[in-house]
Amino acid sequence: MSFKKIYALLITMLAVALLGSMATAADMPDRVILDSMSEMFEAVEFDHTMHTEFGEDCSACHHHTTGTGTTDDRCVSCHATSDEVATVACRDCHIEAPFSSEHINQKSLDVYTFHIDRPGLKAAYHWNCLGCHEQMDGPTECEDCHTRTARGDAFYHINATGSSAEGGH
Amino acid sequence: MSGISRRRFLAASIAGCAATTLAVPKKALASGAFSGYPDSMGVLVDLSRCIGCRSCEAACNEEQNLPAPALPFNDKSVFDQTFHGGTQKRRTDENAYTVVNRYNPEGSEPVYRKFQCNHCAEPACLSSCFVNAYTKTPEGAVIYNKNVCVGCRTCMVACPFHVPAYSYSSAFDPAIKKCIFCHETRLKNGLPPACVDICPQEALTFGKRKDLIKIANQRIQTNPGRYINHIYGENELGGTSWMYLSPVPFEEVGFDPNPGNEPIISHVKDFLSTVPMVLAIWPALFVGFHLLAKKQDGHDHDAEKQHEEEGAE
Repeated sequence: MSFKKIYALLITMLAVALLGSMATAADMPDRVILDSMSEMFEAVEFDHTMHTEFGEDCSACHHHTTGTGTTDDRCVSCHATSDEVATVACRDCHIEAPFSSEHINQKSLDVYTFHIDRPGLKAAYHWNCLGCHEQMDGPTECEDCHTRTARGDAFYHINATGSSAEGGH
Repeated sequence: MSGISRRRFLAASIAGCAATTLAVPKKALASGAFSGYPDSMGVLVDLSRCIGCRSCEAACNEEQNLPAPALPFNDKSVFDQTFHGGTQKRRTDENAYTVVNRYNPEGSEPVYRKFQCNHCAEPACLSSCFVNAYTKTPEGAVIYNKNVCVGCRTCMVACPFHVPAYSYSSAFDPAIKKCIFCHETRLKNGLPPACVDICPQEALTFGKRKDLIKIANQRIQTNPGRYINHIYGENELGGTSWMYLSPVPFEEVGFDPNPGNEPIISHVKDFLSTVPMVLAIWPALFVGFHLLAKKQDGHDHDAEKQHEEEGAE
């Protein structure tokens, strides 16, 4: 090969590598701040980059929406050939308020949806995370991820001493 | 002859029959069970998801302005508490409208059960209350009116789940205390109750009762082996708004496995519906018997008198 061709090849390879890494880096967050319960719990800092090292593929957490697709028996019958979707953030499919009257009425009227039992955002986070955490010795207690604020301490009556009467029985 | 005349006897019989026919209440004749308002809401409690964090107890305490508890709500040592010589776990009381208890079925991980008023379609408490202190609202909640309650506590006896508690600690202003499905503060406005809102595991699913049954069936079907194939509360006692799915047999986690599918009132309403009929027939019947009996005596008595008079003459 001539010098020019080698040079062109190297440039192309570099461009592809740069573009490729840029695409994933732009789409994939490094950290995700989960603060929808900020009144009672301090924000949870989720280290997304660290978690990408676990699991074989994005689909380990993101189901069939990105990565090499799901292998779960319950899902492949419909989603074996599903494409990647535009957004893969958990909250785009698992809504924060699954029990609002709008959502309940919409689910009730839509008779063709299969996923009538889709968990909301809180449940999706906990189920997706705790399964692996239990197997891999990750944090499993509430307090391991959620630090209570003063309001949270009051809510759970952390300072109850056990001296007051427990009530009639 | 003395005693009743034929005309009067016939007139009384016809009147008695008419009274009987009219007196049997229409409702008793047409008595079917009430299976709930069509758009009634409900909650599906999934015992396989509950981790015993007790956030629901904390949320209820705040929402219903209950007094501060003895122990913090994240204290799991309460699961070891027993009462009445070790035979009873924690139960709802005047300061706790819902409690979570831990069960340790054999060969299984601990199962946690949240326990509160089940908001039955035909509640025993409502049926037993003679001052109509309870109301089953169209949203599904069974609510209580303190202002008409006389404190007889028959509802506490009637409830098959032993839910209603009484504020014995209040000498002058006692009331029945139980879960009201957050009716005043949330359900009326289309919001889920406080316990459902806070549950991190979505062990509690809020929705229309008829949709929850579909969801529960789908959940059982798509998770083979995970659940006992039964929705507790779908048909039990006439149907409840709060229904349960369990990974282990229900009797192992504190449920009465066979309460029957009839509402509690069905055990008494057939008997009680005969009361007006009895009140109409029995007096007429026994007056009739009495008059017949008296007529016989009267006849003999007159005949004796006649004999005496004839004998005397």
